[in-house]
Amino acid sequence: LAKSCPGQETVTLYLRGVALRGRRPRPAPPSTSPPPASTSHPIKQEDNLTETRLVSHSQITRLYSRFTSLDKGENGTLSREDFQRIPELAINPLGDRIINAFFPEGEDQVNFRGFMRILAHFRPIEDNEKKSVAVSEPLNSRTNKLLFAFRLYDLDRDDKISREELLQVLRMMVGVNISDDQLGSIADRTIQEADTNGDNSISFNEFIKVLEKVDVEQKMSIRFLH
Amino acid sequence: MQRCGRVPLWLLGSVLLIRFTSGISAVDRDVQQTRPDSRPEPPSESTPNQSHADHGHGSSAVGGIPVVTFKWHHVETPYQVALWILVAGLAKLVIEANHHVTNVIPESALLICFGFILGGIIWGADKVQTFKLNPTVFFFYLLPQIILDTGYSMPNKLFFGNMGAILVYAVIGTCWNAASLGLSLWGCHQGGAMGDLDIGLLQYLLFGSLIAAVDPVAVIAVFEQVHVNEVLFILVFGESLLNDGVTVVLFNVFDAFVSLGGARINAVEIIKGIISFFVVAFGGSLLGLVFGLLISLLTKVTQKVKIIEPAFVFVLGYLSYLTAEMLSLSSILSITFCGVSCQKYINANMAESSVSTVRYVMKVFANGSETIIFVFLGISAIDTEIWVWNTGFILLTLFFIFVYRIIGVFFLTWILNRYRLVPVEFIDQVIMSYGGLRGAVAYGLATLLNESKIKEKNLMICTTLLVVYFTVILQGITMKPLVNWLKVKKAAVSELTLIEKLQSKVFDHMLVAIEDISGQIGHNYMRDKWNQFEERWMTRILMKKSVRKSRDCVFKVFHQLNLKDAMSYVAEGERRGSLEFVRNESAFIDFKKKFVDDCSGAMPDITACMSDDYSAMSSMSRIDQVPSVSLEMHEQNMKGVRETEDINTHHLLQQHLYKGRKQHRHRYSRSHFNVNKDENEVQEIFQRTMRNRLESFKSAKMGVSPPKKISKHTKKDQQQKVPNGKSTENGKRYFSGDEDFQFPEGDASGFAASDGSHPFPMTYRAGAGIENPAYIPDLDPMAAEIPPWLAEYDAGPVAPSQRAQLRLPWTPSDLGRLAPLRISTRSNDSFAQADAPAAQQKDDEPPTPSKRDGRNM
Repeated sequence: LAKSCPGQETVTLYLRGVALRGRRPRPAPPSTSPPPASTSHPIKQEDNLTETRLVSHSQITRLYSRFTSLDKGENGTLSREDFQRIPELAINPLGDRIINAFFPEGEDQVNFRGFMRILAHFRPIEDNEKKSVAVSEPLNSRTNKLLFAFRLYDLDRDDKISREELLQVLRMMVGVNISDDQLGSIADRTIQEADTNGDNSISFNEFIKVLEKVDVEQKMSIRFLH
Repeated sequence: MQRCGRVPLWLLGSVLLIRFTSGISAVDRDVQQTRPDSRPEPPSESTPNQSHADHGHGSSAVGGIPVVTFKWHHVETPYQVALWILVAGLAKLVIEANHHVTNVIPESALLICFGFILGGIIWGADKVQTFKLNPTVFFFYLLPQIILDTGYSMPNKLFFGNMGAILVYAVIGTCWNAASLGLSLWGCHQGGAMGDLDIGLLQYLLFGSLIAAVDPVAVIAVFEQVHVNEVLFILVFGESLLNDGVTVVLFNVFDAFVSLGGARINAVEIIKGIISFFVVAFGGSLLGLVFGLLISLLTKVTQKVKIIEPAFVFVLGYLSYLTAEMLSLSSILSITFCGVSCQKYINANMAESSVSTVRYVMKVFANGSETIIFVFLGISAIDTEIWVWNTGFILLTLFFIFVYRIIGVFFLTWILNRYRLVPVEFIDQVIMSYGGLRGAVAYGLATLLNESKIKEKNLMICTTLLVVYFTVILQGITMKPLVNWLKVKKAAVSELTLIEKLQSKVFDHMLVAIEDISGQIGHNYMRDKWNQFEERWMTRILMKKSVRKSRDCVFKVFHQLNLKDAMSYVAEGERRGSLEFVRNESAFIDFKKKFVDDCSGAMPDITACMSDDYSAMSSMSRIDQVPSVSLEMHEQNMKGVRETEDINTHHLLQQHLYKGRKQHRHRYSRSHFNVNKDENEVQEIFQRTMRNRLESFKSAKMGVSPPKKISKHTKKDQQQKVPNGKSTENGKRYFSGDEDFQFPEGDASGFAASDGSHPFPMTYRAGAGIENPAYIPDLDPMAAEIPPWLAEYDAGPVAPSQRAQLRLPWTPSDLGRLAPLRISTRSNDSFAQADAPAAQQKDDEPPTPSKRDGRNM
């Protein structure tokens, strides 16, 4: 019972954040609630916290219980093994990449705050959020969503997707029926589509540009349950 | 302008035609009316006709052998049907000829107006309305194919992604519309707003239910021309499709109530009604699914009878409709789900020619019936019998329909938006409520009303017609300006790119993973589970093994892009006049069909766009034959064309072009298009050519020609023309056996072939030390074929094929050139340097380092 873990502290902070944000009549679902970061000045000093904030109290508590249930070591942080225990991730072609995305560089533990930080990327953007001029760009902005996606490719963090990196992802994504040759030419062609400066790799700006027609806001959003 | 001049002519023509048909039927009636004595007793009524027809037959037997006899009654019904179809077609032709008109007024509205004119003419001739939209004809012969088509070409992912919202709108929305309209009208009636009418509450509800549904035919006709965003489209369209089922069910339930009489309805009956509602709706859908699976299974084994393969789809689809009708389930839902469930599997199972046949015939049927329906909706109006005016009833109906639609949409969207990831925007809601077009289904149901039970049937028909006209014509016309004025998000014309496809797949996987991590069972989770289930069971059972293997989304897009490039390549070649074979019309069409097939997953719009492209391309390719001009254009265009052609593409193209060639041998067969495959002959020619080519190849420059010689080559074009055409022909002939479209094997073997027949590039590749040995085991003796573009570049290649080789990092012959290309983007000098040694046949080392540089960058 005496599980005093860092995660618990964070979650109380979250709860405070929610409480301070003003007494909204009800824990509104994502589509109707107005929680832009700029309007919540009481907790401005915890800026990074408001960023990672999901919408409602109940969502946070639910995710926290999920976090603890994943945390088999019961030390308040998740390790890679904890993630890998999720059976569905084993059959997800990108499972390992996504697990990796949870871990900051060089670390192999993630606490609840980090966990939420990643999940916050997937919060849908709301109407009033689009208009409001946030002090710091929220994690669920289009750019940040794309950056998250970009990082899935960019393993060496040089802010470029090289042909090799692209090939690796392609290999994960396509079936075994496609030969390496074909895959290679697909990779070449994909790079060509995006590559504007001719360095045979895709920079983040090129990545944004080539996906500018894609409705990223919708395709990279999840309704977190309450 | 000349076109406009021709329009009256068309109009006149079709009007004359109408006069002709109606005149004949008028004569026919005159014949009957001149014998009033035969009218009273039914048995003798048929006698004049009978004797008339007999006379036609008899005269040939008795009075010698007449050279010509006029037997109108013999052919009357089918003749009229055929003429009506012709007239409807001509009407469409006339209307489509005026693009500036159809831009403003939707086609459906124009067709109805055309129907007014025709109806007026007929009425003027007969003084009675002879032709009407008959519910039997409508429900049995006109509606099924439209619904089947919509189901078959439904964008499945979008449809099921928004299924919840669609169901809410279709079921709850329709019920709300029906109930509110019926009750309000009844209330107004009680309040005395309509004068003296003999309509009870149940009849009002019946009327409400028949007119509640948004009509898919009308909705498609209008929304097709206003390209609203896909979510809005699928919401309106899906609703209109499903609520037809709902409205028919409601109609039947209320009809049963009406026949039962108000007094005998108790709670049990009402509960029975509700149960029957669900049974009918879900039963129909389930039946459709069963039939869809049946079709899928059947097409798995029909490759032996390719020619009648498409017919199975139509017959079974129609049977699903009729079976549902027989079991008194919802036939519309049945045929919808039949189309939805089978599309994926039959597209994969059937030969591509069959798929395009299905697609095309489906469109022909659907479009034809749609046209006929609208024309007849117009014609039906000109009938004094049904015009019973009751200002209160009619105006109140129009008003209530409009208002309750808006209320319903906004209320339901308000609820839905609380649960939707991406809420439906306010403007979209406006368009949705404004897009509540009523149509032929409502009219068909209205004519089904039983006059003995519903005294005011004609008033209801009249009101229904007015509602239809009001919504289709007025709302239809104002829809487009409204969409523009409100700045509704339009459908983005998306260009197909690999990275987008790849990324959307990545997104899918990502979302599933995040849902898994956050431990919730959400939309993505469900979809993923369904995909797995489908992959494991459905696909295995319903799809042919051969197609199951070669499915991959990213690869498909790649494939499509290649085809597109190939098309521009062909157009290029055609323009230059160097690719003789492309002139072969059927070949090109064949090719195009395949192309369209490949877009099966895409939205119909996209496909339409592509076929537009195609037509533009083909027309363009036929126009310019002037060499001097085409030279110029070629230069320009080649720069414009993205440097993405590659061998795969051309190889592929090759295979497809060949088929067309075969079709040119005229041999009639009912069951096979291409029966003559003289393999030996083909082999012989092929061997000979290959030998010759090998000789010439060895003696020549060993195939490493500098890539930037386009302008030079175009000058040489005239000389190249002949050998070029020949060799491609040979290549084609050789590949004739390869009926199935097998991209992977095909291109691999193509490269292997170039390895095998030319030892030089082989060693060259080895020297380059490419680390990917994947294609070496592919040395397939059967494929000892050099694709013409490969074989010819020693003689001076066609420019595009040379480009194509530049793009291939993994063809032996282009390894050297890969680097120059990469470098060339920065400096022309190094490009030239790298090329120079390459051109001196023996020296293949210099390009290697530069190539490796290019690779490792």
